[in-house]
Amino acid sequence: MSCRPLNPFASTCPPAPTTTNYNEKYEMPSRASSPRVKKFANFFSTSSKPRSETQTATAALLATGAAQHQSLLNSPSPQISSPSLSLPTISLSTARADSTNMDEPPTTLFQPPSPAEARRIAKAHAQFGPLGHHTHRYTSRHQGGAFPEPMMDEPPYWYLLTTYLSYLILIVFGHVRDYFGKRFRKQDYHHLQAHDGYAALNSDFDNFYVRRLKLRINDCFARPVTGVPGRYITLIDRKSDDHNLHFKFTGTTTETLNMSSYNYLGFAQSEGPCADYVEENIKRYGLTVGSTRGDVGTSDLHLEVEELIARFVGKQSAMVFSMGFGTNATALPALIGKGCLVISDELNHASIRFGARLSGAMIEMFKHNDVKDLERLLREVISQGQPRTHRPWKRILVVIEGLYSMEGSMCNLPGIIALKKKYKFNLFVDEAHSIGALGPKGKGVCDYFGVDPVEVDILMGTLTKSFGANGGYVAGDKAIIDKLRVSNAGSIYGESPAPAVLAQISASLRIIAGEFIPGQGEERLQRLAFNSRYLRLGLKRLGFIVYGHDDSPIIPVLLYNPAKMPAFSHEMLKRKISVVVVGYPATPLVSSRARFCVSAAHTKDDLDRLLEACDEIGNVLQIKFSSGIAGGAEPLPEGVTAEMEKEWKRAEKSGIQGEMDYQPPRWKLDDVLRRGVQDVKVPLR
Amino acid sequence: MDLQYAQNWLNDILNEVSIQFQKVPGSAIFLRYVKSSYQNDPVRSAVELFLVLFAIRYLLSPKYSTQKKSYVTLSDEEIDELVDDWMPEPLVAPQTPFEEAENEKRPVIVGPTGPKSKLSNGRTVTNLASYNFYNLVANETLKEKAIQVLRTYGVGPCSPPGFYGTQDVHIKTEADIAAHLGASACIVYAQAFSTISSVIPAFSKRGDIIVADRAVNYAIRRGIQISRSTVRWYEHKDLEDMERVLEKVVREQRKKPLTRRFVVTEGLFENVGDMLDLPKTIELKLKYKFRLILDETWSFGVLGRTGRGITEHQNVDAAEVDMIIGSLSGPLCAGGGFCAGSDEIVEHQRISAAAYTFSAALPAMLATTASEVLSMLQTNPEMITSVRDNIKTMWAQLDPRSDWIRCTSSAENPIMILALKMEVVLGRKLSIADQEQLLQDIVDETLANGVMITRVKSMPRAINATTKDIGWELQPALKVCITSGLSRKEIERAGITIRHAVTKIMTRKR
Repeated sequence: MSCRPLNPFASTCPPAPTTTNYNEKYEMPSRASSPRVKKFANFFSTSSKPRSETQTATAALLATGAAQHQSLLNSPSPQISSPSLSLPTISLSTARADSTNMDEPPTTLFQPPSPAEARRIAKAHAQFGPLGHHTHRYTSRHQGGAFPEPMMDEPPYWYLLTTYLSYLILIVFGHVRDYFGKRFRKQDYHHLQAHDGYAALNSDFDNFYVRRLKLRINDCFARPVTGVPGRYITLIDRKSDDHNLHFKFTGTTTETLNMSSYNYLGFAQSEGPCADYVEENIKRYGLTVGSTRGDVGTSDLHLEVEELIARFVGKQSAMVFSMGFGTNATALPALIGKGCLVISDELNHASIRFGARLSGAMIEMFKHNDVKDLERLLREVISQGQPRTHRPWKRILVVIEGLYSMEGSMCNLPGIIALKKKYKFNLFVDEAHSIGALGPKGKGVCDYFGVDPVEVDILMGTLTKSFGANGGYVAGDKAIIDKLRVSNAGSIYGESPAPAVLAQISASLRIIAGEFIPGQGEERLQRLAFNSRYLRLGLKRLGFIVYGHDDSPIIPVLLYNPAKMPAFSHEMLKRKISVVVVGYPATPLVSSRARFCVSAAHTKDDLDRLLEACDEIGNVLQIKFSSGIAGGAEPLPEGVTAEMEKEWKRAEKSGIQGEMDYQPPRWKLDDVLRRGVQDVKVPLR
Repeated sequence: MDLQYAQNWLNDILNEVSIQFQKVPGSAIFLRYVKSSYQNDPVRSAVELFLVLFAIRYLLSPKYSTQKKSYVTLSDEEIDELVDDWMPEPLVAPQTPFEEAENEKRPVIVGPTGPKSKLSNGRTVTNLASYNFYNLVANETLKEKAIQVLRTYGVGPCSPPGFYGTQDVHIKTEADIAAHLGASACIVYAQAFSTISSVIPAFSKRGDIIVADRAVNYAIRRGIQISRSTVRWYEHKDLEDMERVLEKVVREQRKKPLTRRFVVTEGLFENVGDMLDLPKTIELKLKYKFRLILDETWSFGVLGRTGRGITEHQNVDAAEVDMIIGSLSGPLCAGGGFCAGSDEIVEHQRISAAAYTFSAALPAMLATTASEVLSMLQTNPEMITSVRDNIKTMWAQLDPRSDWIRCTSSAENPIMILALKMEVVLGRKLSIADQEQLLQDIVDETLANGVMITRVKSMPRAINATTKDIGWELQPALKVCITSGLSRKEIERAGITIRHAVTKIMTRKR
């Protein structure tokens, strides 16, 4: 997909002429907006064919840019404001980065789309943005060598102190309000106090946090939405007159850039091959199979999807469930029990804890992603055996996640596999976020690290995220899965996945695997990898503290002070970007954060727009804390490679020995955008 | 001589120490304080000194955990040896022959589920195993509506409800269910089975008390287990026993601080099929000041004139029940589950029920389908009456006519649970496993004759559970799900097939 016929951000977002210059250089702004270039605009074109008209087109765009800018701020979705703006060139050729026929002359002529057609395209592009330029792709793959621990940067102590102080003030105020409220406004505290011989339904201590801290920023959570959660998401506007206790719908909606949904590969679409396939299957199968898998809830569609998943993740067998949370909650108790030990990463998802607690096995935790700590723990538990009796453990199951949803960090799979060989434990990898999102073929962490999936006993994942469907799967050896089918509560009692959901999984999986519309899956994967790295690099360079690994599509930006959570969220909403902010208890008390989930549906312009917003907000809220140890450094001069960096620095410093010194990166936005595309392709620094 | 030498040396040291001590700022004040405050009471000073020393020792002592009392210190070589030595059991136990057969024989339906379903072996059978009571799977209006929703919302919401996963359709479905039931609020979960397992621990914590029917379903048991509350069981549907347990709990807890107390039970019991006496239960729970968590997974959409569940059937105001949990996936043929109750109860779950907070939201089209089916139930209650007629027909074919099985379900329940008669079980000394095998043979025999039924699966046991942990065991039974998609004649014929299959298996020579 070469051109962006209706994407307004190509021209309107970069505010300064310098950015437009870089656009000319690195991108092909291909929308013709002046009558002079109309006739050229009707040609199909392959992506990188150089055209002299684009220069004039850009100039024309600049002229109209200012006027559009304002109107687009009011609605970020592509809209056709005048006929001269709705004359795109549309390429139906699936030009890919690696295709060779880039310079083929245009062959097909395309009429300017009718208004209805234009609306359809606009709708499609609001769900999945067209690829801006063939360079906006990258392959997600571990580059070899030791897997680096992500650097944990810290803000100046002053900010940590004020964070604690903020919580202290909030808690003191909360208690004072509760003290007086319980005495003078009894009716409001009715359900929190014992009455008529009933104990309070929610004990005070439990919900103090919710009432006194979370309530203040409740408008940033659970914002109701409508429509497809694709590249854009439509929020239903609401307001509160009683400090977030109740919300009223104002009757309007706002279309925002969606940085919040787990729509990694952009399969949240209501049009296109997936949706068509779903429609076909709803017609054929109806909406449900009306039974559980244990009874008669297995249709040919289920078997087909299970076969596809097993093949995709590289395991003998797989089974699907109708809920991701329920998958972990039921699979773990079917694998382990009394006399067994679960060793779980301390940041594992709630569903893993739920399942582990249900199983009745002992639970130990190791420090997040710390292979050394895991080894220490393994040596201890294997040598000590079960507590008190010192009998050897029946089995030990190490449970990790491929990609951690709050940290954006990936598990150190090679390190843990090495331990597995030595300590003989069983390994359960929860690929809820990593399946589809990592690896050159999107097959998750194993694919990313080039590890044979056979090394991992159980590969579990969800189908909610990358595939735009719902539910979860468990994949493993045939013997294991067959046993799970009869012993797993989720398959005996849990409802069987709906045919529509299965059809979505089937179609999206086959697109990713390249069996269905070859090239499209690859494009999605590579765009996701590019977008992830591009945004992460940009944020680092702007000076934000960003957690996680470079290739991870989850990008948490640290905010620290609790009051900055709502401020960040509101400022972003003003700029029509929806973000997720999370704080305690989902994260440690101090490290409140905003989380961006990158999608293949985003274009580079969307990310530029986000970076611009972050830059402005970062300055206002003072959240550019980065000290430089976690990256964002100035690029090395020509001819100096990463390996030579130390030498080069030493030479620069003319003999000053010692640690590499770090400059806090505070790049100008223009520089970030200008350098972004090329620097993404090299190891990030 | 040596002694004197040593004495001098000691004196020097003491002098030096006292000089150094006096150099420390504040030492004089400290000395004066000690001397004056204790008025030269040596015993008291000695005790104080001892306490100070103890405190220092305590603070300096290494941390220890109460769990590792029996920690054995080992050298690295010993640990290596133990590591080499340790051989874990395989991750899963091998399948039993019964389980293998189950995996092999599990029917696969090709194409849509319906009253007549085509199986993968090419045969078309009468389907009395799916929860397709109203034959809604084939409903064209629902399909069309779902496709419209697909074209507006896509399939999955791609987010948990707290983070932009709450769509307007969810809000509408919640309002529709609450209005249908007559409750003030409602929350929709993404899977029916996980709903109550999350609702119970969201309210009942460690130290709280749950009184539950002994025959409650597996999901409730999971919820109780995860809540870590104290649980007391009463005999299935035995209101006297329930009162005894409630009274006992109240008596025992009189002296203790007030804790939350819940009664957990089902409207139509999943494993037995019979119906709760709701008015009596409410009377008791009010009398003893318990809250009632009612699982209506199998009664919502089934009981009552318009399918509002047991509250409508027994003329009880739904607001009398603190929490009503139901399924949108069974009788309603959509997907997901819900919990209805007061505003506080529902809002509390939005942040503290694990399966809601940490799971992606329900696909939009399933939510709208649920709403759609509810309005269908409201406008044509004949849907329900036609199923009830079919239940009566089937009932007449099985329960009074068979020497071997009895139906434990209530007369309104479209899921007929058929267990072996007690005298048969006792007379032949059938163990649970024997009964399961016999029933499975009946299921196979029935299927061979063109009618697909299924059986109530025994609850999965915890791995390595001892017999003591297992507790109550349900009696194995057949499960026959009635649908309005079949005519009276077809139901009769299917009933005869089932009865004959039962007789054939039960009378066959070993």
